[in-house]
Amino acid sequence: MIERIRHLGQQGCALLEALGRAGIFLGQSALGVPSREGFHLWLRQMHFVGVMSLAIVLVSGLFIGMVLALQGYTILVDFGAEQALGQMVALSLLRELGPVVSALLFAGRAGSALTAEIGLMKATEQLTSMEMIGVDPLRRVVAPRLWAGFVALPLLTIGFSVVGVWGGQLVGVEWLGVFEGSYWSNMQSSVAFVADVGNGLIKSLVFALVVTWIAVFQGYDLIPTSEGISRATTRTVVYSSLAVLGLDFVLTALMFGELS
Amino acid sequence: MKRSKTMELGVGLFMLAGIVGLVFLGLRVSGLSLSLPSDTFQLEANFANIGSLKPGSRVALAGVTVGRVESIELDTEWYDARVLMELDGQLEGQLPQDSTAAILTSGLLGEQYIGLSVGGAPETLADGDTLRDTQSAIVLEELIQKFVSSMIKE
Repeated sequence: MIERIRHLGQQGCALLEALGRAGIFLGQSALGVPSREGFHLWLRQMHFVGVMSLAIVLVSGLFIGMVLALQGYTILVDFGAEQALGQMVALSLLRELGPVVSALLFAGRAGSALTAEIGLMKATEQLTSMEMIGVDPLRRVVAPRLWAGFVALPLLTIGFSVVGVWGGQLVGVEWLGVFEGSYWSNMQSSVAFVADVGNGLIKSLVFALVVTWIAVFQGYDLIPTSEGISRATTRTVVYSSLAVLGLDFVLTALMFGELS
Repeated sequence: MKRSKTMELGVGLFMLAGIVGLVFLGLRVSGLSLSLPSDTFQLEANFANIGSLKPGSRVALAGVTVGRVESIELDTEWYDARVLMELDGQLEGQLPQDSTAAILTSGLLGEQYIGLSVGGAPETLADGDTLRDTQSAIVLEELIQKFVSSMIKE
């Protein structure tokens, strides 16, 4: 019995230690002074993390917007309210699906790759060699990736929502025959820029920080074996997905809970 | 070096696309207009019941949107709702004094908005004036109650 309690305490301490390490790690790498060379490193990561993720995010956004319009239409048409399709598609995309689905895709597409890359650098002792020649690996390797993820995900989320709204118009207006004017005007009268677009962006900034942080930390903190790398990559995807979904509920409760 | 240039171009285009997307979300999706806030004027109206009117609901004249509901508060003197509307500056000094405001519903289940109708008096409404003649929102339960009580009387 006592042994079990001790074991529980051990796990608690380990958890707190990991959180503390992750916090110090975030502070040290984010506060690195930007230099001209740092900008180029950031640019390279932006290309990998942002531009290369564009295709999967945009295609998913298109299909999700189209599905939303199709499902929304079959429900709304029962109430004779298919004119409200635009507002349904836009609000679900801007408030929830845009930030959340892009963050999940981002964790799978870019987060896992970041973990594996940094993990392999650690396993092959590249990080230690950098320290040996006096280069701070936090600033050289981690900081550009962190900042690139933080900037790229909100941009991807915007793209996701725009393409989703277009996909909704494609299905709702072109295919199902909702009047185009009411699709857009209902959308415009019900979507508020600060409350809906702004809050969606704040959500995706938070998700960007959390997902990239988890990804680079898992890579930096893993056990440097091939098994360790695979475990850490899995953990990145699992932890970031759970964190995104959990935080989404908290943020939604804070932002939209007392709206009406 | 050549590859780095194309990479820079790609990232630049990516960020530009993001900004363009944000502008699209602002202008096309949330209907933000770039007009200056100065060319508007305010009117007040008291309603016995506002139904589900909200700040931000539209104000229409002959079906054309001419403004928005700015704020709604309870008037503790008369115990009715005082609605502050912000209207297009073009209409300042154009609406007759006996114009009326009614709370209408767009479609069967649509949102509620204020419909203005123009009166015939020579005097016109200025900034901060109050519309006297108003018509409350139709509440479905009250309608049903009236209908049922008239059925019983028969």
